[in-house]
Amino acid sequence: MILRQLWEHDLAWSFRRSPVTIVAAVLTLICVGAALLAPWISPQDPFNMAALNLNEAFTPPAWEEKGVAQYPLGTDNQGRDILSTIMHGARISLGVGLASVFFALILGVSLGLVAGYFGGRIDAIIMRIADVQLSFPAILIALLIDGVARVALPGDQHDQLAIPVLVLAIGFAGWVQYARTIRGSTMVEKSKEYVQAARVIGRRPLAIMISHVLPNVLGPVLVIATIHIATAIITEATLSFLGVGVPATRPSLGTLIRIGNEFLYSGEWWITVFPGVALVVLVLSVNLLGDWLRDALNPKLR
Amino acid sequence: MRALLLVLAAVFGMVAAPVEAVTLRWAAQNDILTMDPHSQNHATTHAIMQYTYEGLSRYSKDYNVEPCLATSWEKISETQYRFQLRKNVKFHDGSPFTADDVVFSYNRIKEPQGTNQIYVAGIKEVKKIDDYTVDFILEGPHPLLLKNIIDFRIMSKAWSEKNRSEHIQDYSKKEETFASRNTNGTGPYIIKGWEPDKRIVMTKNKDWWGKMDGNVDDVIYTPIKSDATRVSALLSAEVDLVTDLPTQDVDRLRKESALKILDGHEVRTIFIGLDQHNDELKYSNIKGKNPFKDVHVRKALNMAVDREAIKRVTMRGLSIPAGIMIAPGVHGYSKEIDKVEKYDPAGAKKLLAEAGYPNGFEFTLDCPNNRYVNDEKICQALVSMWARAGFNVKLNSMQFATYIPKLLNLDTSAYMLGWGVPTFDGLYSLQSLVRTKTKGADGSFNQGRVSDAKLDEMIDQMKVETDTKKRDALLKQALEITRDQAYYVPLHHQARPWAMKKGVTITYSLDDRPQARFATVK
Repeated sequence: MILRQLWEHDLAWSFRRSPVTIVAAVLTLICVGAALLAPWISPQDPFNMAALNLNEAFTPPAWEEKGVAQYPLGTDNQGRDILSTIMHGARISLGVGLASVFFALILGVSLGLVAGYFGGRIDAIIMRIADVQLSFPAILIALLIDGVARVALPGDQHDQLAIPVLVLAIGFAGWVQYARTIRGSTMVEKSKEYVQAARVIGRRPLAIMISHVLPNVLGPVLVIATIHIATAIITEATLSFLGVGVPATRPSLGTLIRIGNEFLYSGEWWITVFPGVALVVLVLSVNLLGDWLRDALNPKLR
Repeated sequence: MRALLLVLAAVFGMVAAPVEAVTLRWAAQNDILTMDPHSQNHATTHAIMQYTYEGLSRYSKDYNVEPCLATSWEKISETQYRFQLRKNVKFHDGSPFTADDVVFSYNRIKEPQGTNQIYVAGIKEVKKIDDYTVDFILEGPHPLLLKNIIDFRIMSKAWSEKNRSEHIQDYSKKEETFASRNTNGTGPYIIKGWEPDKRIVMTKNKDWWGKMDGNVDDVIYTPIKSDATRVSALLSAEVDLVTDLPTQDVDRLRKESALKILDGHEVRTIFIGLDQHNDELKYSNIKGKNPFKDVHVRKALNMAVDREAIKRVTMRGLSIPAGIMIAPGVHGYSKEIDKVEKYDPAGAKKLLAEAGYPNGFEFTLDCPNNRYVNDEKICQALVSMWARAGFNVKLNSMQFATYIPKLLNLDTSAYMLGWGVPTFDGLYSLQSLVRTKTKGADGSFNQGRVSDAKLDEMIDQMKVETDTKKRDALLKQALEITRDQAYYVPLHHQARPWAMKKGVTITYSLDDRPQARFATVK
């Protein structure tokens, strides 16, 4: 019964009608599945140093002349299986992407709610900060926060704290969009009767914001968040490619591309190309899903 | 038609030839640490500083000692040398060079916060006789004096005092002085500016006393950390000369028609040093003792390294696996004693069990990531090789500029270092790396604090032994003891081909210090 309802839901209907979206969803599922299950299904544990063999480094992909079936996408300069590193790398990329979007979402939504609901000086302050931040590219802000954290943290903790710092940096760089969207809809909602009613019966502002306004303004934000996941993954990859992101001992996709980049001239193209392809597929399919969700939820396009 | 061509040739020839200043754009991996010539015994820093600061003697193109700021010298006795100084030499600020500057520089380089005391080791006193004569009073016979003092560079006393730089900066505390940011030497090039991590610009010293062999007017040194970027810069002709090529790209660059490769071995040995002093090993899970004090453990570390694999895969053939701490080309080296420990992970595991660590143990390996050829990749390979013998090694890699203060503060349990030998004599390595650490030249880079009374005695004897045969025997024996006691884990002697534009002609230098005065750029 529930399944049937789901099947006949508007969203499901538009999903079925869009083959691109179906492909994107399948690809996303494969990426997410491979990333989530990496520790159990990857052919090799690339972080187990004792399992690596330097003598098997630079093995080309299996279909090339010197390739072996054991390493379907070849090995890197330390003898790590590229397929396994991509699976583990995607896990870190996705993890950082999701966590930073979540962080940006929480921050942006609460600031937007506060600004929209209270208005006045609080609104002015929050929104001016948002305006200022919007005039900088997100990657610059992420670099700045990452750089400051690096100087502030003691040297031996850089590597352990690299991922949380990265999440904070990318999250901080992306909260503005949420805040603006939420603020706009909150200002519309707060003058509606149900909010006034809640106020009249004496509910406190915090309770009104969370239990009455929030559910009515959250829709558009979820669409932004989906697209933002793709952006966050790209930002993380850029930072790691520049060498300020995830350390080489726990490589993300961006780190893998950076490491492989050194071997482009000498002909070992697979070390950088496959992580690159994986990144493109992941980001593209998440983006396509986000686009579809935006269109499907937009009443004007129906 | 022919006349027209001639006219064209004449016109273009006239336009192109006279006005252009010739620039040599040189790129390598890392930056200099300081511009204070007495502060850090670091190859890149010396390589740049020799352009602007000079010593009393220097190497000729074929590595013989020749006069530099001294015009001649004589041995008055076994413990006294007299140097006649070159007259009419001016520092870059125009002040004259005299004996006072030599005495001043001698007292300055000896200060304990620097790491260059080794170049004046064995000298008891430098005495001014008159303005252009100085006497070196030695502690004992010193067969290598003239080679040793090449990197003892002369600073101007007046300039240093005027700019409050009489003392060496304390590099381990990141202190800066006027002399660490400005230079005033007597050398063939004047440093116009140093933008850290960006570029060093040098221009020809028109008043230099010497004669240039080459035609280079300006030198621009650019440190480019990323291997791929450095090679791209060469391929796109943004730089003319690259002196540390990423090994994986050498074969490809050989095929480039616009470039040429100058092959050569640098006299540098890459090794891992181990803390053998602290009673409890830092950054380890072993409490209350230091396993590296046990020769079995050190041997196990040595046996677990597959040097051939590092050579073949990581270095792409551009290294010689090492068993001893000096490289071919250094006096004291012989194939016979450079026996490479056989790769034997099972044997290593057994030794480790005998030493009381059947399950191995954990420690941290500190590693630079922009100093030696493939430094970080070698460390990564070591981590996995040692893992197979039971060691759980954490890799801590960082830029050389952060790495060096960490080493100087002895804040390490295991570290990678490469030791080049500017004097081309094995004593230099033994004295710096194996001799018990003191404030001065002895053990100046013995950061694991190896201490072996017998070796100390042999090294001290070598310093003063004038009988070549006896000295060579001592040298050989000391190198063998260092090898058999596994005081270090030698990895390989590093090869360092240079790549340059076809139009560049330069002499390969075994100490990895390209000299623009020998270079011509077309």
